Amino acid sequence: MKHLPSERHTLSILVDNEAGVLARIVGLFSARGYNIESLTVADVSDDHAVSRITVVTNGPPPVIDQIMAQLDRLVPVHRVVDLTDWGPHVEREMALVKVAGAGEKRVEALRLADIFRARPVDTSINSFVFEVSGSSEKVNQFITLMREVGLVEVARTGVVAIARGAEAV
Amino acid sequence: MGTEQTGAEIVVQALTDLGVEVVFGYPGGAVLPIYDALFQQNRIRHILVRHEQAAVHAAEGYARASGKVGVVLVTSGPGATNAVTGITDALMDSIPLVVLTGQVPTHLIGTDAFQECDTVGITRHCSKHNYLVKETAKLGPVLHEAFYIARSGRPGPVVIDIPKDVQIMKARYDKPGVISHKTYKPQVKGDLAAIEAAVDMLAAAERPILYTGGGIINSGPVASQLLRELAKVTGAPVTSTLMGLGALPDDHPQFLGMLGMHGSYEANMAMNKCDLMLCLGARFDDRVTGRLDAFSPGSRKIHVDIDRSSFNKTVRVDLTIQGDVGSVMEDMLKVWRARGHKTTDQKAWWGQIAGWRSRNSFGFEQKGESLLPQKAIQRLYEMTKAKKPIISTEVGQHQMWAAQHFGFHDPNKWLTSGGLGTMGYGLPAAIGAQLAFPGALVIDIAGEASIQMNIQELGTAMQYRLPVKIFIINNEYMGMVRQWQELNHGGRYSESYSDSLPDFVKLAEAYGWKGIVIEGPHDLDAGIQAMMDHPGPVVVDCRVAKLANCFPMIPSGAAHTDMILSAADEVGPADDDAKALV
Ligand SMILES: Cc1ncc(C[n+]2csc(CCOP(=O)(O)OP(=O)(O)O)c2C)c(N)n1
Ligand SMILES: [Mg+2]
Repeated sequence: MKHLPSERHTLSILVDNEAGVLARIVGLFSARGYNIESLTVADVSDDHAVSRITVVTNGPPPVIDQIMAQLDRLVPVHRVVDLTDWGPHVEREMALVKVAGAGEKRVEALRLADIFRARPVDTSINSFVFEVSGSSEKVNQFITLMREVGLVEVARTGVVAIARGAEAV
Repeated sequence: MGTEQTGAEIVVQALTDLGVEVVFGYPGGAVLPIYDALFQQNRIRHILVRHEQAAVHAAEGYARASGKVGVVLVTSGPGATNAVTGITDALMDSIPLVVLTGQVPTHLIGTDAFQECDTVGITRHCSKHNYLVKETAKLGPVLHEAFYIARSGRPGPVVIDIPKDVQIMKARYDKPGVISHKTYKPQVKGDLAAIEAAVDMLAAAERPILYTGGGIINSGPVASQLLRELAKVTGAPVTSTLMGLGALPDDHPQFLGMLGMHGSYEANMAMNKCDLMLCLGARFDDRVTGRLDAFSPGSRKIHVDIDRSSFNKTVRVDLTIQGDVGSVMEDMLKVWRARGHKTTDQKAWWGQIAGWRSRNSFGFEQKGESLLPQKAIQRLYEMTKAKKPIISTEVGQHQMWAAQHFGFHDPNKWLTSGGLGTMGYGLPAAIGAQLAFPGALVIDIAGEASIQMNIQELGTAMQYRLPVKIFIINNEYMGMVRQWQELNHGGRYSESYSDSLPDFVKLAEAYGWKGIVIEGPHDLDAGIQAMMDHPGPVVVDCRVAKLANCFPMIPSGAAHTDMILSAADEVGPADDDAKALV
């Protein structure tokens, strides 16, 4: 089964917001040899009882099914949804991108940032920190362009995702 | 109820409310308050083992034999880490346990305090679930929830780590009503449409087979009855995994014996050639499937399991039914009858099976003077079967020979470490089973190497006057290791000889047990009889042929159809891929 082509899937996992739950999820991935491309987690309920973990993983379809089943049987997991299978959904990522330079490069950096709707959130005489958000591809593309104009370092959130439309998953 | 109690008192009260009769444990600094609370009551019996690993195996044996949850109590640090092997064993074999571990007081957690270890971290992936209880008020609810989780769904071990201050502090405890969990809701009933589809597939099959596993034992004795009915109405042959032995009586005409690496030829061939496989509470373990791409290539497969993650894990199946296997079989029988299905004509199929059976794959031939291990187990079975014994084993050849040559007629009589293959399991497991059934004949069929892994438990059995019998198949080798070295590593017996063995009779006597030696075929029956006649615990050192191999065998990486039936079969040297397999 491992020979089938790999697919990228975005999973949304609602879990008890308790100590050790994240370790349980991450440990499951490492113990069973599943991939994690990105992972985000934050409390998403009024009463701080539930967190949403968004995992981007990849693997052949049977492995993705296994991942879903393995996650689903963890006691503190409320619900696991494979958003990629579920249907239309929005995926977003944010990055903070630091660029340093002077003169024409600095102007070019600002110009490109404008095209990507990246906002400067920190400015010094020879640097910017841009905040860019959007699909992972857009963020990637922005970072690639910034290399040309003095990229220093990047911090990324990883993907958060939610289904389109009025319904909750 | 209503008044405040210490955490330790709450633990004992909750265990009492949960119907716990026996706790297996070992004291230490971080659990002294609980031991103090145990001292001051007489409803729960504490069994003092000699090593915490044995506490867990004893609880497993108790659970497996009685169908109840096994309970363990150990201290922090080394107490908890010693328990890890047993906890992992219980996870692999789906045994319901609740393991209470002491922990350093909450304000010292994370400071590398004396006897501190990250118990919840260490056991996170070898338990079904675990808790660190930081407030005394939560102890009661957590204990009740832990029992619910341990025994429901796919059973497993649940660890509760309790810091010492939480045991001392006071809180109210109220016995909760029915437990339900906000996220954990095991599915018991199978989907009816899927069950109907399964029944129709079964009724249309020409070469069906029922492939049954430990899930049937876990589901409870009713499931074994239902299996017997399902076998009857379908007329299908039945094979069982190591863990499922006893669900169908060994001498049932439709029973093909155990399948898998050391299973019967007919079971493995029938699995290979069937057109419909109904898997009931088994999980397509690699010991069962052999080479995956050659596993039952022409069949449609239905898988019934309570754990969704067992589906399509290694073998793709055509239909899955999630639910308790007992409940699903009950529904299948209803549907079968409602649809008026008749037992299909399987004459050709049974004819084929008869051909495979005639190979007599569990047969063995007496050569030379020495006692064959298979013979020893066969006689042990014949001479004890009227007493319906409970059998535990260690791990190795003797375990496989016991599975092959000891006949099991009822569920819950066969306690063996299947998934983890833990040497040292058998003696403590026998102790646990004997506690659950004080009047039963309980025998640990052991190897001379394995038995030394928890030999200190001779003391536990003595202390509680438990008449456990240990039947050591003494071949002076880690026989299973030696066999693999013979088959895969050019006969280089690297470190697999059991040197400097103790005098088992003297060792037994040192602990107050009776010791018996069986030297060879001539005193086999007398030795077994003497073992049975002695009312107390007995160690039998049964000296057997040293170099016997366990056959039949599917070599690692081979298909069911490539089974080696006897030593005479040509075995080519294993290639590197095959050697890499365990
Ligand atoms: C704790 C543990 N360590 C190592 C092994 C690997 N192992 C499997 S069988 C075996 C030999 C067992 O020897 P013995 O108890 O004499 O049984 P025999 O095979 O001779 O019947 C070993 C070392 C194991 N299963 N468990
Ligand atoms: Mg041996």
